[in-house]
Formats: sequence, C-alpha cells, structure tokens
Amino acid sequence: MGTTIMAASYDGGVVMGADSRTSTGSYVANRVTDKITPLTDRVYICRSGSAADTQNLSRYVQWFLEQHGMELGDDPEVKTAAKLAQTMAYQNKNLLQASGGLAGLIVAGWDKHHGGSVFAIPLGGTLVKVPFSIGGSGSAYINGLCDRLWRPNMSEEECKAFVVKAVSHAMARDGSSGGCIRTVVISKDGIKRSFIPGDEVPVAAGELPPPVRQVRA
Amino acid sequence: METAQQGGFSFDLCKRNEFFAAKGVQHPGFTKTGTTIAGLIFKDGVVLGADTRSTAGSTVADKNCEKIHFIAPNIYCCGAGTAADTENVTGMVASQLELHRYATGTQSRVVTAMTLLKGHLFKYQGHVSAALVLGGVDFRGPHLFTVYPHGSTDSLPFATMGSGSLNAMAVFEAGFKDDMSREEAMALVARAIRSGVMNDLGSGSNVDLCIITKDGVEYLRNHEYLQTKTYERQFPQKFASGSVPVVRERVYDIRRAVQVVEGEPMEMEVS
Repeated sequence: MGTTIMAASYDGGVVMGADSRTSTGSYVANRVTDKITPLTDRVYICRSGSAADTQNLSRYVQWFLEQHGMELGDDPEVKTAAKLAQTMAYQNKNLLQASGGLAGLIVAGWDKHHGGSVFAIPLGGTLVKVPFSIGGSGSAYINGLCDRLWRPNMSEEECKAFVVKAVSHAMARDGSSGGCIRTVVISKDGIKRSFIPGDEVPVAAGELPPPVRQVRA
Repeated sequence: METAQQGGFSFDLCKRNEFFAAKGVQHPGFTKTGTTIAGLIFKDGVVLGADTRSTAGSTVADKNCEKIHFIAPNIYCCGAGTAADTENVTGMVASQLELHRYATGTQSRVVTAMTLLKGHLFKYQGHVSAALVLGGVDFRGPHLFTVYPHGSTDSLPFATMGSGSLNAMAVFEAGFKDDMSREEAMALVARAIRSGVMNDLGSGSNVDLCIITKDGVEYLRNHEYLQTKTYERQFPQKFASGSVPVVRERVYDIRRAVQVVEGEPMEMEVS
C-alpha cells in the first residue's frame, strides 16, 4: 500500500489525514480506501505498508482494547492503544512485509488524562510521542512543507487545513498516493469524519485543473 | 522393503522428484481458475457474476465450472485463484456460519463471513490462494467485499477480481451508477464478465449470475451461454433405421434348434 498518512495535534485534539489509494503492483486495487481505522471510540490508527498485515494488526488491537476497556471500566488511553500497536508491530516485524520491510503506523486520539496526542510507530517498531507525524511513501515529499507549516496551538480549522494541504501535496508528487483525501478530527466532543473527492483535492503547481464532473442521468 | 515395519516417513520420492527436476521434467501444476469475477450493489441488493472457465496451465480443464459459491442463504461468494482453495475456504466458512446460525438463531451477516475469510487467509500468509468477491444482503442492507489471498479486504460499491478483473473494471468504471434497477445491474455485470470472457485468455465460456435481495436469491447458472456446443455426444449411440445397408438376409427356424421338455412338478420336503 503506497500511501500518504499523517496526524497532527492542535489545541483541543488531533486531526488525522490519509489518501485513499491501494495498489497491487501497478494496478489501483481500491481508489476509495479508508486507511484511518478506529481502535476505540476516541483512538484511531493511520495504516501504511501491507494492507493485509495492518488490517489484521488493527483487528487484534481493537480486540485487546475492547477487553481492556471493560476491565478498566473506562475508555482506554491513547498511549495504551499505541503501546499495544507498537508491541504487535515489533514482535511480528520478521513476518510483517511492506514497502521496505514493515508496517508504518500512526496512532492518535483523545483521552481525558492527556487530551489529544499523536504517537508514531515507524518501520522498526519503536514508539515515539510527537506533536505531528507523517508516514507512507508520500511523506518523503512533504517533510519540509510540514516543518514549515506546523505550529503549536492551532485551531481545529487551521490544523485540518494544514493536514489537507500536506496530504494533497504528497499526492501530487507520489505516484503511489492519490485518489481522495479522508480526514478524522478527534476531540473531547467526539469524532468528525470528512471526505474530499478526487476532483475537489487542491491542485498543486503545474497540474491541470480537474475535468468538470459528468452528471449522468 | 522394510520401511513398513520401521514407521516414520520415506523421502525416496522427494529424491526421485529432485532427480526428475534436474533432468528438466515439468511437474503438473494445480488447477487454477484464471478468472473474471465481479459484483456490484444496486438499488435493492447485490449482483454477483463469474465466467465458467477453469484452467490447468494453458489447458482448459473445465469448460463450464461453477465459481459462485454458497456461503449462507443470504450470502454468496465468487472465487478466483486455486480452485481447490476457493472451494474449500468457502465451504469451511459456510459450515462455520451454519453452526453459528443454529447457536444464535439469527441470519448470518456479510461482515461475519468476511472476517472469518480474512482471518483464515491471513493465518496462511497468502499460501491459500483464494481471491474472492463476497456479496450478500443482511438486516443492515446490501454489502460487497473483495478479499485478497494475503487477508486484506476492501468494502466497495462495485468490485472485480481475477485475471480478467481489469477488463471487467473498465466496464464498471464506464457504466456504474448509484441505485441501478435489477435489470440494469444484471446487464452491467453480464457485460463486465463478457468483457473478461472475450478479452482475457484465462477467462472464457459462459456467464453465471447470482442476484441477492432481501426477498431471496436468484442463481442464474449460464445466464449467457456464449459457448454453445458444436457437437453433442449421444449415449447410448442411436442410429436412424435404414442407415446401415442390408447385405444378406437369412431366416432360421428356431424350433429346429431348440427342444422343449415338459418338467414334472416335484414334492418339497417341509419337515
């Protein structure tokens, strides 16, 4: 799964973003993929690498967190979810296969103890708490852009605009990223999903404007 | 040979096969379904479609096989890949779901079938080569999934799989609309499969369709019979009278050869 995924924290929570392309070799197997998968009500994971590995890893983490939430009698913390995902990624890293070797994950969400937080789980299976994180093959093209644009204490709207801009620039340059942009905003008020269709993705420099959508009867 | 008394395994044949391989002998492959399978969601359900060619290498092994498998009364599944794997993996899941229905007394869900399939395929890390298009209708409405041999799944409004998937997808991308009627949907799926049958070497023969709605299933075996037989074998062989010329005719009087003897009834001992 050649991918662009990212998550960024703002004042009251986090914004997660991803492209929607899944490819097998040079064929686009799914152009409307959802790479932002729920782990609990308030914790989501961005998946990159092998679709089979990351889908099934997420399924195991969902199952563990469901049980943990019952024992706890409360919603699991983001760092608990991230640590579980990291443990599974690290312990199975010899088995997990992806573009380069492993699964690259970003766990983000909101809990009442720490507010919004973002955890990156890069290729080796380490766990890093970061203010924002980018991942997948498309992220190579937007390191500079994200370093330039991210700043602390953004508003929700500013942060979402930052994520959409970064993902659309990555999609413009990376051949294995493309399609639509999906975002998830997580805060104490719950989650808000949004979907930007392919012909409404912001146009990068040197690109033709999208064709006018054909309306069929 | 003393191996029968010793127990354990004999690897003689492995050595023999290695020897053959070194000599350049090709081993026979598995029967694969180089396939076009497809499905789409329409206004009140799901239409699944498949071609009916099964191949072993470049040879057509079966000209009219069934690739749309039963999963549950409201769920069916098209299979591409190794025929044995698609047949058995769908059979296993169908069996598990039947037991689950006896235990819960509720209709099976399509996601349950999908989760069982992906769990099994992921466990075998792609060695069970089954590429599936799973479709059905449950109380949450119509659902359609693709399942890959490595255990990844996609949920889509229209999906294709197999070697003819590119041909079929081109037809879907050009002709798909939301909320199609039953007739429109059947025509589009049949056209997608036909595109695979005509243009993909791995696919061929006829078109099977399966329409699933909340009111029931219509399984249309050989919906389009593209490859009509040019010769039908007769069994038992029949010849029209007069097709063989009479060369010589002889009439025998059977009474001269057979002697009829009247028998005496015998007493039977019943003590």
